[in-house]
Amino acid sequence: MSDPLRIVVVGNGMVGQKLLEELAERRPSGLDITVLCEEPRPAYDRVQLSSFFSGKTAEDLSLVPPGFFERDGLVLRLNAKAVAIDRSLKQVTTSTGETLPYDKLVLATGSYPFVPPVPGRERPDCFVYRTIEDLEAMTEAGGRSKVGVVVGGGLLGLEAAKALKDMGLETHVVEFAPRLMAVQVDDGGGRVLRQKIEALGVTVHTQKNTVEIVDGEARRHAMRFADDSVLETDMIVFSAGIRPRDELARASELGVGPRGGIVIDNHCRTLDDDIYAIGECALWDGKIYGLVAPGYEMARVCAAHIAAAVPQEDADEPPQFTGADMSTKLKLMGVDVASLGDAHAATPGARVCVYTDERKQVYKKLVVSEDGKYVLGGVLIGDAEAYGTLLQMMLNRMELPPEPEFLILPSGDGAARPALGVDALPDAAQICSCNNVSKATICAAVRDGAHSIGKLKTATKAGTSCGGCVPLTTQLMKAEMKRCGLSVNNHLCEHFPYSRQELYHLIRVGRIETFDELITRHGRGRGCDICKPAAASIFASCWNEFVLKKDKAALQDSNDYFLANIQKDGTYSIVPRIAGGEITPEKLIVLGEVAKKHRLYTKITGGQRIDLFGAQVHQLPLIWKELVDAGFESGHAYGKALRTVKSCVGSTWCRYGMLDSVSMALAIENRYKGLRAPHKIKSAVSGCTRECAEAQSKDFGVIATEKGWNLYVCGNGGMKPRHAELLAGDLDDETLIRYIDRFLMFYIRTADRLQRTSVWRDNLEGGLDYLKDVVVHDKLGIGAELEAEMAQVVGSYACEWKKAIESPEVLRRFRSFVNSDAPDSNVVFVDERNQIRPATPEEKARFKGVPVIAESA
Amino acid sequence: MDGSNMDGPSTDTGWTDVCAVDDIWPNTGVCALVEGCQVAVFRLVDDGQEQLFAIDNGDPFSDANVLSRGLVGNLGERLVVASPIYKQHFDLATGECVEDPGVSLRTWRVRVADGRVLIAA
Repeated sequence: MSDPLRIVVVGNGMVGQKLLEELAERRPSGLDITVLCEEPRPAYDRVQLSSFFSGKTAEDLSLVPPGFFERDGLVLRLNAKAVAIDRSLKQVTTSTGETLPYDKLVLATGSYPFVPPVPGRERPDCFVYRTIEDLEAMTEAGGRSKVGVVVGGGLLGLEAAKALKDMGLETHVVEFAPRLMAVQVDDGGGRVLRQKIEALGVTVHTQKNTVEIVDGEARRHAMRFADDSVLETDMIVFSAGIRPRDELARASELGVGPRGGIVIDNHCRTLDDDIYAIGECALWDGKIYGLVAPGYEMARVCAAHIAAAVPQEDADEPPQFTGADMSTKLKLMGVDVASLGDAHAATPGARVCVYTDERKQVYKKLVVSEDGKYVLGGVLIGDAEAYGTLLQMMLNRMELPPEPEFLILPSGDGAARPALGVDALPDAAQICSCNNVSKATICAAVRDGAHSIGKLKTATKAGTSCGGCVPLTTQLMKAEMKRCGLSVNNHLCEHFPYSRQELYHLIRVGRIETFDELITRHGRGRGCDICKPAAASIFASCWNEFVLKKDKAALQDSNDYFLANIQKDGTYSIVPRIAGGEITPEKLIVLGEVAKKHRLYTKITGGQRIDLFGAQVHQLPLIWKELVDAGFESGHAYGKALRTVKSCVGSTWCRYGMLDSVSMALAIENRYKGLRAPHKIKSAVSGCTRECAEAQSKDFGVIATEKGWNLYVCGNGGMKPRHAELLAGDLDDETLIRYIDRFLMFYIRTADRLQRTSVWRDNLEGGLDYLKDVVVHDKLGIGAELEAEMAQVVGSYACEWKKAIESPEVLRRFRSFVNSDAPDSNVVFVDERNQIRPATPEEKARFKGVPVIAESA
Repeated sequence: MDGSNMDGPSTDTGWTDVCAVDDIWPNTGVCALVEGCQVAVFRLVDDGQEQLFAIDNGDPFSDANVLSRGLVGNLGERLVVASPIYKQHFDLATGECVEDPGVSLRTWRVRVADGRVLIAA
């Protein structure tokens, strides 16, 4: 085998990282790659950088899967900057004085923020908006500032303005051009955008040319403009555009454009055949692409070309970079903004259609070709719903309907908006531009069984970066399922032609309280192991009656029927509630004594409770009688219900604790204990941001801050870990509980059967913003209703085990045999580490009929 | 006590009286010991119509004696019980596993006399 190809990659930003992924996929061996990264951490999502201010950590933003850099033939050097290239010797010199030889060199150096040469720009508390370190410094300064100014009213500038606003600062945006987002938006759009941004409390100053920054009188700085006006501020963020990082290429005469950028060909090669440039530092056909999607495309092209140097059997002709579409859609400070293609109608003969509603603050512009047949571009402010349709029509050169203006006009009565028939899209149509996913790929994944948007995201990566294509992807999924003859339904099972959400609604609105009534009125047949527990769970969520009432008992699966967790050998485990993980020594001793007396295997759970294993059906009431007498309640470990609320010791004991996390955990656990839901619910409360209770891995988690409680939702550990997202911050106790009430009840109303909050959230159209609208802003106007429904459940709580052991009728069911008091002879335990464990089949065969540990009386 | 030494009426040799019909809550099952074997006995009620079924209690997929604790219902025309361990369905009338027809459980004869449930091999 030949020597591996030595590759040096300069830069580990988003595009540099994409290159590594592409190379790893194409050539898992045969490459020897060294990556130089001048930042102290590997690649992170710069597109989502602003979410750092809403609670995302550097770790959340990371784009590097765990273990990625641990593979052979790949070395990452952090804090290592390339300082020189010697093209004749083919080696790179680093800031640490090392020289690295290469066969192929890739420059993915990105760009740097442009700071206008204004005197005073070097003053303290003047920032740029590019790296996590920049944001950390801004956060620090924000804490001791009252007023903040962003210089630059482009896309990034408005994001920075939102960050300042969120820090509670009086915020100004200063723009040199006559309008905001001058590149993407025209005058009309800029006006509406400005009104919307100002309505959010940000002051916009256009046509302002800063001439100097000096000491302020009331604030730290005074900015003086060319028109002699002055603005005083405590901190300044420069966001006045980007410039390519091409200094290495300049020094080694690789060819740069007149206004910067490393000149590349269609294979992303510079004029040196062994040196490539990709991303924001590259200049293709005189253009620099400051968006991530074209950068990713360059990474794919470059990786394919390098891989072709290590021949394998799949020797396809490597693809070429042929330019990229610069259309974008984003939400800026909650305002939808989209720009497509030729937004300024610069194409000769282009015709323009404009719709403005200043009352609703909506601006839409459609640019069509001279013959009126094709979309050339457009601008959408305030309502960007048409973006997906217009983009696909433009990119695929699809012929427009005869009256294209209806594409942007509001759909009044009777005038249905012509929707894009997804069938009309060609197979090659790129649906997700961030991850280059075509219609054909999405349809193939649907045919392979991805029948929910969550599964489709996992299978294809479509919609996993910016999320802009999710509505179109969903439309495609439904169309393809229909085409395959798959009924596009989420019917619970053959007995009910309804989704769980619909069934919930029918039960609540119709005040249905029994399964017989439900199936007579809305279903058919006798029910099954799918719909019966689902109905039982909804009855409990709505009416909260004793789950073992005679007409409910037959609906419960084994765990709920015996109020314990069935194990592989048919025995059960018992988990009493230990709210917040707090337990007195006396109660701890009781647990030990009960476990010892009944010979139960004892283990501490991940949720700060104690699990007792190995009880047979007939033992359960005996054990629970002793536990109830000692003051224990059911822990509902057997139910699709609230499980535990884990906590750290909080401010009571901990040096770092901000608030009393144990008291809050107790309050939450006692409030929601017994709450039945579509699936189990876990929670935790941490007393400070050190997060010892791991609240961000829970269905809902609470973290104390200096200003109150932060509420995180829809996290998950387990099979598919998902970090919880910040729903609301700095809450007082009462507001926190109100939001949790609403969040839980909304989940209970709308989730599918056995759908955890994390999957529910991934499938929720509108995502986190929608959830905030419902829970925090009460956009649906159901807040009070959800709270009342929760109040009913909370008010009717009763310990199920206490009720069970008080009912002779229920107790009679806890027998291994209806006609004998004998134990099940097939349950055999052996000793291991001084406790019992179930015997293996071999051990059972050996001990047949001679139980190693005899049944306790 | 154990099924082979049962008291209570038996109208025929080979029939074991296991319990009263009312000892089995509608649409649930119980486990009875019959001649040393564990038998899952189910009482299905639909529109006032009563039906009793008896099959082995042992779940061949988990080797645990649990089928009497499964949920009953119908899949199409078949009346079934779902194993609480790995959720396979078994036909109550034939004992056949719906998901894996190669696997079949023994069925037992069952009848009611004077409000008592009688089981025979």
